[in-house]
Amino acid sequence: MPKEISIPDTGARVAMATHDFDTEKLELNIGPSHPSTHGVLRLKVELDGEIVTKCDPVIGYLHRGDEKIAENMTYNQFVPYTDRLDYIAPLANNVAYALAVEKLAKLETPERCQAIRLLICELARISSHLLGIGAFAMDVGAFTVFLFTFEEREKLYRLFEELTGARFTTSYTRIGGLQRDIPEGWLERVSAFCEQFLPIIEESDKLLLRNKIWMDRTEGVGVISKEDAIAYGLTGPNLRASGVALDLRKDKPYLGYERFEFDVPVGTRGDSYDRYICRIEEMRQSVRIIRQLIPNFPGGAWYAEDAKRIFAPPKARVLTKMEELIQNFMIVTEGPQMPAGEVYFEAENPKGILGFYIVSKGGGVPWRLKIRSPSFCNLSILPKVCVGSMISDVTAILGSFDFVMGECDR
Amino acid sequence: MTAAAELTTALGAQWPGITERPSLDHPAFDVPLDSLVAVLRHLRDSQGYDFLADITAVDWKDRTPRFTVVYHLFSTTHHNYVRIAADCAGDTVNPEAPSIVELWPGANWHERECFDMMGVKFLGHPDLRRILMWDGYPYFPLRKEFPLAGIETVLPDDEIAAVTGEPVRPAPMAGGPFVATPGLLVSENEPRAKDESWNERKAKPDA
Repeated sequence: MPKEISIPDTGARVAMATHDFDTEKLELNIGPSHPSTHGVLRLKVELDGEIVTKCDPVIGYLHRGDEKIAENMTYNQFVPYTDRLDYIAPLANNVAYALAVEKLAKLETPERCQAIRLLICELARISSHLLGIGAFAMDVGAFTVFLFTFEEREKLYRLFEELTGARFTTSYTRIGGLQRDIPEGWLERVSAFCEQFLPIIEESDKLLLRNKIWMDRTEGVGVISKEDAIAYGLTGPNLRASGVALDLRKDKPYLGYERFEFDVPVGTRGDSYDRYICRIEEMRQSVRIIRQLIPNFPGGAWYAEDAKRIFAPPKARVLTKMEELIQNFMIVTEGPQMPAGEVYFEAENPKGILGFYIVSKGGGVPWRLKIRSPSFCNLSILPKVCVGSMISDVTAILGSFDFVMGECDR
Repeated sequence: MTAAAELTTALGAQWPGITERPSLDHPAFDVPLDSLVAVLRHLRDSQGYDFLADITAVDWKDRTPRFTVVYHLFSTTHHNYVRIAADCAGDTVNPEAPSIVELWPGANWHERECFDMMGVKFLGHPDLRRILMWDGYPYFPLRKEFPLAGIETVLPDDEIAAVTGEPVRPAPMAGGPFVATPGLLVSENEPRAKDESWNERKAKPDA
């Protein structure tokens, strides 16, 4: 409480006042609805002046019980729910989920199916990083970059819409295949996008890379050591910015990533600036992968044709052939038939490692499906990282983490 | 000798209680609960499994012990996974497991989530609060007896509850895609969660 002082001399009054100045810690609620929390994250922050002394993230505002829902429906019915995990990169979630269930079924999809999945994973990575960087830059006051990246993201969403029929909630994969083959001329349009995309990335990068304000706001802010990053289970660009070259596309290749040449950008200091650089470089590497893939795009079947109890045949055949009609009916009513057992599959998603742990007792419905979400693990380090930083830096740290609450809360 | 077989020998020599767990992919082991922390520490320090990927629990419903905690570890050096499972102590309502927050600080939130959803008490956890549901929520939603629609409870905020007089209601399930009981053929099952009290033609009772 400020003290009332009755001394006539102003100079003496100031001296007394500063001398007796009582300080107390301020508890501040950031969120759950706050622009910098990118969704519904709430931070209970304790402040000493402008310095954060304690940070307690409160999550769960977007909890929908996805794991419970998964236990109550067939494997294919859960695909739309995976859209709503990391809703910035739904295609990557669809693919990761399909791969996990196919691992349970020990099912290999044809080459073309894998190539399409790899292509959409990389496009999803680009679109996710575009949003991540744009929103991060906007959070610390660089608005222009946001406009650049969102225009590119819009072009990508147009491509996604052409491919899947939806911009955000794509639900593109099925267990054992895809919703449909790629449309005619789509690959050329993806190539054209990549060609015009690179110069724009350079331009956005030029706006930030050596920008004095940007560097002041991000360099040395939210530093995470290599050891901490591993101990807290950080993944994705957040982990690699701390100097750990862990990328499942290289270390545990799936979808044939081992056939492509690309680099894994790794940071040195683990601060917000490094996390930005990792993301922007990953976009260039994604374009590099797409450029290698498209000229040799495999033909043939785009779904597992011999998986009669898992993948429903194309509709034209269902409506004309008895056997396919029965097959379709069985899969729709009873779900894709899985063996009993347990699998754990992780995929390198834009935000980090997305894992699915499936316990099956056989049949078309999982007994238990656990989602290991990267945003959940990445955010668990916040109480450690935020302490000691300025309140204004919390915004920069949150921006650099690039998390999605849909995935964190599930 | 494969990496999995080597791991089996190494663990089996030190802890005879460990058995191999049936698994469709990674090496997996059933570990007695009292040696769980020691085994995980050994895996982290001597076998290179330095990355804790995930902690979760499975509710087996009719089996005793009813709950199993499952750990997935990854190695940032040799890039292999291992799955460690341990049956929880305690009874069917209050399962218990040791906390491993001292090994991996990242286990903190995983264990809180596991407690929140399954009700597994992690002994020695520094701050075992609910994380996804609100403080004071009375149920554990991922247990098998918890209905998909939810159970009516009071609103988390007392003031709002007093003003509105409204509880948190179960979700309406009519017409939903939820049709199955796991482990059985869907065609042989009655819809478990379907609410028959209202549909498109019949109004919701309290609407």
